[in-house]
Amino acid sequence: MDFTFTPEQDALREQAREFLGANPEPSWAQLAELGWTGVSIAEEEGGAGLTFVEEAVLFEELGRALYRGPYFSTVALTLPALPSDLRAEVAAGEASWTLALGPLVPDLDTAGRVATVGGDGIYELEGAEREVLTTTDETRPLGVVRGGDPGRRLADATVLAEIESRSLTALALEACGVARRALEFAIEYASTREQFGRKIGVYQAVSHPLADAYTGMELSRSLALWSAWCVASGDPQASIAAAAAKSFAAESAVSVCETSIQVLGGIGFTWEHELHRLYKRALGIESFGASGTRLRAEVAAALLNEGTEAVPATPSAPASVEQGG
Amino acid sequence: MDLRDTPEEVDFRAELRSWLEENIPAELRGHRGGAARFDGPEMRAWSRALYDAGYAGLTWPEEYGGGGAPYTHQAIFLEEMARAEAPTHIGVIGLGMAGPTIMAFGTEEHKARYLAPILSAAEIWCQGFSEPDAGSDLAGVRTSSRFEDGHFVVDGQKVWSSFAHLADWCILLTRSDPESTRHAGLTYLIVDMHAPGVEVRPLKQMTGEAEFNEIFFTGVRVPADNLLGGVGGGWQVAMTTLLHERGTLGFALQAALEMQVRKLIALARDRGADQLQRDRIAREWIEMQAVRFTNYRSLSALMRTGLPGPEGSISKLVWSEANQRITKLALELLGPDAALWDGNAPYGGYWQYQQLRSRGNTIEAGTSEVLRNIVAERVLGLPKSR
Repeated sequence: MDFTFTPEQDALREQAREFLGANPEPSWAQLAELGWTGVSIAEEEGGAGLTFVEEAVLFEELGRALYRGPYFSTVALTLPALPSDLRAEVAAGEASWTLALGPLVPDLDTAGRVATVGGDGIYELEGAEREVLTTTDETRPLGVVRGGDPGRRLADATVLAEIESRSLTALALEACGVARRALEFAIEYASTREQFGRKIGVYQAVSHPLADAYTGMELSRSLALWSAWCVASGDPQASIAAAAAKSFAAESAVSVCETSIQVLGGIGFTWEHELHRLYKRALGIESFGASGTRLRAEVAAALLNEGTEAVPATPSAPASVEQGG
Repeated sequence: MDLRDTPEEVDFRAELRSWLEENIPAELRGHRGGAARFDGPEMRAWSRALYDAGYAGLTWPEEYGGGGAPYTHQAIFLEEMARAEAPTHIGVIGLGMAGPTIMAFGTEEHKARYLAPILSAAEIWCQGFSEPDAGSDLAGVRTSSRFEDGHFVVDGQKVWSSFAHLADWCILLTRSDPESTRHAGLTYLIVDMHAPGVEVRPLKQMTGEAEFNEIFFTGVRVPADNLLGGVGGGWQVAMTTLLHERGTLGFALQAALEMQVRKLIALARDRGADQLQRDRIAREWIEMQAVRFTNYRSLSALMRTGLPGPEGSISKLVWSEANQRITKLALELLGPDAALWDGNAPYGGYWQYQQLRSRGNTIEAGTSEVLRNIVAERVLGLPKSR
């Protein structure tokens, strides 16, 4: 068992943080130039031939930086459905995608092409009218598509399970990045702001909620990275891990942002401070795709329903649930 | 990153699992918990069996009778013990606290004398840190030790000491300099619990059992050699002990949590759960996985860098609150039967006992308030509150 990042993965994180710090609104071409659009795409298709674990590093950093663009919709939502030639276009930065899984479609303003689910497969949607809606979270616009015709058949519907695991995990990872940034703001503020003659971080009414925020963020990361590893290695637990990670990390990120807003007081409530943008992304992640309640219902079904296999306790060592109290 | 067991870990786990299957005495399996489980001779025999099979002190150096195994083996051991509902080795304090402290601060004579009997359960240890006026604020220790005729003479009172009623030895934090205050002037001694002047009185807790004790020391003579960290150097030694307490605790707690969630699921399957309860059960399973993988991250960092990751510091905090919620949820699932106790209750009163016992979880081994201070100050770097 080894649950650490490799030096290369650590270097990727550093590169991402530095780049996104200097370029808060990077173009798709810039991401392609960095190799980010083809991380898990095979080398013969022009990608880096790496895994979802490396993409996980990027999702966390992109969440932290509140990146606006079609990375999530291309890499998490659509990539598993794309055939080889279209993957090569993504790796080269020539194409970006989004997938209309539900009525509200992300990144319609920036994604080049749109895929849709119909019948037993996933198709490219051609000639559809796109309308981008106003959203609370301005960094991840949602929209609707109207009309259009199914074009090329991209994949069989069986790929939807992988799309669900990838996208839920990517959202969980983004949520971890959002929570980390919000917590950094709060720690910095609590360490410098003085009231009643002392730094406010000395007051346990301030420091203990921050300790809880840290706890929530680390637990979220553990679930999200577990899930990322399951996705990357095709582990059969990927689906339940993704449900666990998204439900927990999204709610936790919302809560971390709320704690941070409270710690910053009036400043945290202003439009000027970045916190409200982090908060809105966290809320957006929570509402996108499946809610925590629905995901937990799935987890409960896997644990409790008649005829279900008890969920393995560790990746390699399945254990059965025994009857009795 | 690879979360699977290595081939070598697969073998270790399989071997251990079949050994446990064959060797756990039926009367000890799945005990509801509590102090009384340690009192009979069968617990010493079980601990000795663990030792003979090479499972006691897995990560201790081989020269001290340990297994010299990597920390991952210890993690697997604790997971499998919990899965099999096996009782723990009786030497909880010796293995987790006294032993590691002696390895860090003891002389070669200390190591040769004390370590092997901890592993074999020939000798049991207890801890004498807390006092009536020194709980979370341990630096308020007042139990005195004065040096006289080649001995330390100890007078005072300790409290909340688990295993003291069974113990042969005590790791004792004393104030050797009566003029000193706070962290200075403290001295860490190894005290024979059978020495004249040592009196142990059980403290009955809300479960009705006496899991811990008061210890009274009246003119107890402790040989000069029974000293760790030098006269006046006790605070640093005590901090090492507590570091080990919290450090080695993580995996034991995770394993215990996993067992508790598994039992909760079995209970819900048995007695039924409504939609709201199902949601809460799913939450507990998810948080249990979160604790598990947080421990894995911390352990992996420890293996790679020699230092546990900062995220490891939250395990006890999260476990204690999770255990309180889980046991209360179990009572809810039991419905009116939750009011019954012990033999009259379903499952032998397991959940009623566990729920009451869980109230101690946020107090023992560092209160949740102290643990939040530690996270705030040492992990987040917030200004100190004291």
